[in-house]
Amino acid sequence: MSTVNDTPLVSSPFIESNDSVAKVMRLVIYAMLPGIIAYTMLFGWGVIINITITILSALFFELIMLLIRRRSVKLFLFDGSAIITAILLSLSMPPLVPWWLLVLGSFFAIVVAKHLYGGLGYNTFNPAMAAYAILLVSFPRELSMWSAPSESINYTLSFIETLKYSFFQMLPSPIEFDALTSATILDHIRTETGLGKSIAEIKQSPIFGYAAGTGYEWVNLAFLFGGLWLIYKKIITWHIPVAVLAALALISSVSYLINPNFFSSPLLHILGGASILGAFFIATDPITASTTPLGRIIYGAGIGILIFAIRIWGSYPDGVAFAVLLMGLTVPLLDYYTTPKVYGERAHNDKI
Amino acid sequence: MKKLWRFKGGIKLPGFKSISNLSEIKKLPIPSTIILPLRQHIGESAEPLVEIGDKVFKGQPVATSNSFISASVHASTSGTVVDIAKRTIPHQSGVSEMCVVIETDGKDEWHPNIEANSNPENLSADEIRARIREAGIVGLGGAVFPSAAKLKPTRIIDTLIINGIECEPYITCDDALMRTRADNIICGVLLLRRLLNPTECIIGVEDNKPEAIALLKASLERFKEQGVGSVSVIDVVAVPTIFPAGGEKQLIKVLTGKEVPMNGLPYEVGVVCLNVGTTAAIYDAIYHGQPLVSRLITVTGPLIKKPANYDVLIGTPVEDLLSAAGGVNSEKDKLIMGGPMMGQVLPHAKVPVVKATNCILVESIDKNLKTNVMPCIRCGKCASVCPINLLPQQLYWHAREKSFDKLTHYNLSDCIECGCCAVVCPSKIPLVHYFRFAKSENKEHEVKMKFSELSRIRSQVRDARLERIKREQEERKAKRKAERLKKKIEKDIVKNNDVTDKASVG
Repeated sequence: MSTVNDTPLVSSPFIESNDSVAKVMRLVIYAMLPGIIAYTMLFGWGVIINITITILSALFFELIMLLIRRRSVKLFLFDGSAIITAILLSLSMPPLVPWWLLVLGSFFAIVVAKHLYGGLGYNTFNPAMAAYAILLVSFPRELSMWSAPSESINYTLSFIETLKYSFFQMLPSPIEFDALTSATILDHIRTETGLGKSIAEIKQSPIFGYAAGTGYEWVNLAFLFGGLWLIYKKIITWHIPVAVLAALALISSVSYLINPNFFSSPLLHILGGASILGAFFIATDPITASTTPLGRIIYGAGIGILIFAIRIWGSYPDGVAFAVLLMGLTVPLLDYYTTPKVYGERAHNDKI
Repeated sequence: MKKLWRFKGGIKLPGFKSISNLSEIKKLPIPSTIILPLRQHIGESAEPLVEIGDKVFKGQPVATSNSFISASVHASTSGTVVDIAKRTIPHQSGVSEMCVVIETDGKDEWHPNIEANSNPENLSADEIRARIREAGIVGLGGAVFPSAAKLKPTRIIDTLIINGIECEPYITCDDALMRTRADNIICGVLLLRRLLNPTECIIGVEDNKPEAIALLKASLERFKEQGVGSVSVIDVVAVPTIFPAGGEKQLIKVLTGKEVPMNGLPYEVGVVCLNVGTTAAIYDAIYHGQPLVSRLITVTGPLIKKPANYDVLIGTPVEDLLSAAGGVNSEKDKLIMGGPMMGQVLPHAKVPVVKATNCILVESIDKNLKTNVMPCIRCGKCASVCPINLLPQQLYWHAREKSFDKLTHYNLSDCIECGCCAVVCPSKIPLVHYFRFAKSENKEHEVKMKFSELSRIRSQVRDARLERIKREQEERKAKRKAERLKKKIEKDIVKNNDVTDKASVG
């Protein structure tokens, strides 16, 4: 398919909007900034370093693929889509990971999940989530070592020290890597309920903050703020985020009411893990999401339910990536069967 | 306040209306040549009534048709018929159709039969319909559907809507008409009321034309003071400015809350909708006996020196209009007939203006090269602005694939080509362009399908016939065989009997 027309089209409309793909993507990036800043402040420099490494490597792979596929570098390299993919991918990873893991992730996301499926607009799976899923099954250990919130540890790595860890896995002596990490809240609940402890007992742990994980709850609120701003700016519609969170809240409320000792509260489900990021920034990726209003609600609700199911019964503590990938498979079907009624269709059917 | 409804989708557009509506309506001098296409309407082409060399008067019919959905064409000024031949018509494709070409004599003499009607109140409804038909009046909002065909509906009409929306940017000819001829429009509505007997008549005007709304309301008051009680059913309603509020289906939804059934016509929900320009033309036809020979046309755009509304004779070449308006006519200009949303690019400036021409918009050709087309990112903005509630991104996909059954599933044929989807597309995909193309392809495909269906049925019938013949032959064969066998057996029995007889003898 040629994406650039050589001859001018002389066909109405002759009005063009100021919107462009790059502008849409730019606004999404802006909306992620509050969350990224909060995350960095509460969990250290690793967040920013990871994002930078991932963006640079993603742009590198994007450039290579555009050249190989003979697409316009000028048009596509800085359309923002590779940058968003990179940010989402690095946000899915723990703040302290070796650099090559991020580069490998970028490779899977940009080369495999995006360009081998046809590039921007044609990819079946969310590239960031597909790459994350591959990394998670290939490097489960590295991807489960989450940094502890800065306030709960005695030593915070400086920028240079974090860089050294990222590139050489070197830590200032006598700091041990394990001292810098702790289980995430979902991880913790999963292990402890497995040992037969009740939620009330588990909640005594210092990793519990006001509503969810210490530190994480603020990061998630910051992402929530950015997500709401995206709805306000009409970049995304309310359907998917509301459906994801409502379905998750509903199913976790019911289970919480039935057995509060085994099931955690709906608030924890929403403010813990990647629910907010997933609902507003990952599930709303237009290319892989449903496009009809009803389709978006079903798609979102499916993701919400799958997140809950994977958290409770799956073998991973969080389930956003797998939920998004699984529901992505249903999109063509959803779009087909949720075609909205057009003007006059109801009146037409009544007539018959 | 009248209750208003909201049609789905639509977009807010910059108006650019003050470019052309600040100056007075200007009368265009009589051009030296008039070119009258014989089909300026939806329906069948009219047949010429004149011959080359004939002297014609202004208002004299030069072509007519007996078909119900058709309209007559009249000489728009006096002169001599110099040619009846194919000429380029104002259409994007640059096709040629039959035209009557008149060399004008500058006298602008009306045909002697045309005279004002002192007592239109005495005309019967059928007489009024006949006169509207004879006057060659078609929908002047752009759809050019023969008006007379709309005015004899087969069911009771509840609402008569007069469309004064003019939602396209740049165009102000209806605005100018409402501001200068409010009384005539009201008279026209009263005539239409007699034909249709609606319970309410609504003149819908977009709220960006407060002056037109005020003048129409003032005119209604004047009629009331003069004791014309029947104006009480007429209401002037300000409609929110959202493109395409002037689309017939959208306006009906906004003003009545009703939706015209798919593939249906407004009268099926008890509504008849006519443009204000059409209403004024009906007034002219009934009160002054004048057929449709001229109309208001907005000439506008950044490259026009004297943008304004011009009173133009139908058939005037666009170049005459442009030179009067001070438009530079270079190769670099793009001539658009209609507005920037739904208008079409004219092949050249020698084509005439027709009944459908409401605006000539001149833009530089460099604008909108659409060189930065990106792939669809499925953002769904197109669907959220579609006034028909279609899914343009799905249609785009299937139009490219030419999957005709999918295009039918997604109701391509309901697309009104308003352009909203293409305007909001962040990937700048010329969606409407694809849809127009797919519609014409779909039509071809349907013809082909119908043909192949016919062939299929034919071949099935043939197969069945051959089958039957074969079966009958076989049956006959079997019958003969059976008979032969029977005879043989009988013979054998006889033989055997003979043998036993002989044996017994032996």
